[in-house]
Amino acid sequence: MRDDFDFIARWIPPQSRVLDLGCGDGALLSELAQSRAVRGYGLEIDPDSIQACIERGVNVIEQDLNNSLDNFADQSFDTVIMTQALQAMRYPHLVLDEMLRIGRECIVTFPNFGQWRARAYLTLQGRMPVTKQLSYQWYDTPNIHFFTYRDFEQLCAERGIVILQRKRLANGWPDRWLTGVMPNLFTETAVYQLSRR
Amino acid sequence: MPDPLPANSVGLVASRRIAIEQPLTLACGVILDRHELEVECYGRLNAAGDNAILICHALSGHHHAAGYHPGDSRPGWWENYIGPGKAIDTERFFVVCPTNIGSCFGSTGPLSTNPATGRPWAAEFPPLRARDWVNSQRLLMDKLGIARWSAVVGGSLGGMQAMRWALEYPELLDHCVVIASAMKLSAQNIAFNEIARRAIKSDPDFCAGDYAARGTSPQRGLALARMIGHVTYLSDELMGQKFGRELRLGDLATGTVSPVQFEIESYLNHQGDKFSEAFDANSYLLITKMLDYFDLAREYDNDPIEAFRHARCQFQVISFSSDWRFAPTRSREIVDALVAAGRDVCYCEIESDQGHDAFLLPNPRYQHALGAYLARAATAVESRR
Repeated sequence: MRDDFDFIARWIPPQSRVLDLGCGDGALLSELAQSRAVRGYGLEIDPDSIQACIERGVNVIEQDLNNSLDNFADQSFDTVIMTQALQAMRYPHLVLDEMLRIGRECIVTFPNFGQWRARAYLTLQGRMPVTKQLSYQWYDTPNIHFFTYRDFEQLCAERGIVILQRKRLANGWPDRWLTGVMPNLFTETAVYQLSRR
Repeated sequence: MPDPLPANSVGLVASRRIAIEQPLTLACGVILDRHELEVECYGRLNAAGDNAILICHALSGHHHAAGYHPGDSRPGWWENYIGPGKAIDTERFFVVCPTNIGSCFGSTGPLSTNPATGRPWAAEFPPLRARDWVNSQRLLMDKLGIARWSAVVGGSLGGMQAMRWALEYPELLDHCVVIASAMKLSAQNIAFNEIARRAIKSDPDFCAGDYAARGTSPQRGLALARMIGHVTYLSDELMGQKFGRELRLGDLATGTVSPVQFEIESYLNHQGDKFSEAFDANSYLLITKMLDYFDLAREYDNDPIEAFRHARCQFQVISFSSDWRFAPTRSREIVDALVAAGRDVCYCEIESDQGHDAFLLPNPRYQHALGAYLARAATAVESRR
């Protein structure tokens, strides 16, 4: 199971109603259904991922997140999740607003572009970083908005979004330990639980 | 008929006529004391009677969904999807396809004798609603020893009927598969149906529906009705690809007086003529009216979410990108209502240039999506053993 999934599962109360935006092959929803008896739905546009969801028995709905989400009513889900997809949205801030409209809470995970490996790559090589986590070239990447841990916290502050919990994930030592000291430099994947309050 | 028959076909099949002796009270209040259903079945029913799939046919469909009748060159209308190892796998499921009452392929309908008069019902056959079909099929279940449907599957009008099943007998099905369908027809859809009906009624041979007694048949009107329908079942793109401006007869050079016929004209006329020989005009009028009246949520205070709260089964909804008769937007309305009602649902919008007819035609993604969904249904049935 992916690291960020582990925290998401802990943050979701049993039997909640969950909407996963960009649910991929349905692994998270399938895990949540088994471990937390969650009633979940996933939105996805990739045909192979949709097929994988059907095979897993995950409720999957073919829908492009860049189009409107206004077919979902206000506060109609307990939690709306988006894992590793915010950076691929055309307007991430509007998607966040929509998530907080549809769900009472939302959980977002994203790759921290301020992590030292990305910074070093750009500084030393003078080229856009291609790392294990961000493995695309600049011209073919689906990740069209790069932002850092700090950028994200700033956006939340500006838009009145309350951070309920956050988790900074990194692989390997000492990075994992240092995420607590200098989060913007050492966090690889950030996991946030948000609400509007 | 291909020789040998393809290994993934159910092969040679025959229909049977099943008499249902219990009275059937129709939505309009009329009671049919008995009625008959022409049915084809493929595969084997298990001992528990719970591995059955009901196939709901569309407007002009019938019981012959798969396999070959002796001597026929073409297989049943859903041969692409029903058979051993196919999406609707006859090695795992017992597949049942009846012709609905009101149609003209053997089941009770306008061509049958009205017991009150001793003459065919013709235009006097009572108006039908989708629930009448569902109730008739509920009686058929008992006749065939089916305890519950693993799935009720239908495209177009058949999809409407499948949804009605989910609401009328929620405890009797595990899955409902709704393909290229809608919760109700749009004004545009009703408009096309009315043009088709007007075409039939304008034929002097229609004789207010009493044509059979007068030894005629409104075949010109029926052919025209079908031609109109056929245009709406295809996409502009597909028609362009398939026919373009190709000529069947003559040429378009100026200075020639030879008659000119485009391929699309020839094709449409052929489709219309073929249909008018096979279908009954009164059935066409009856069933298009039923389509127009269908409104899934009417009796649930016009609230589709409330309607689907009455369902217990899981749903698969499938639409096709170029289908403008039952557009993806209509399927999305179904899906949104199901999600809001908390029902399990998978939804795919299949990329296709084949218009509404796509639901009948081969398409790898559609086959995989339907096949994977039903494979889970089959596994669930088999694990109940």
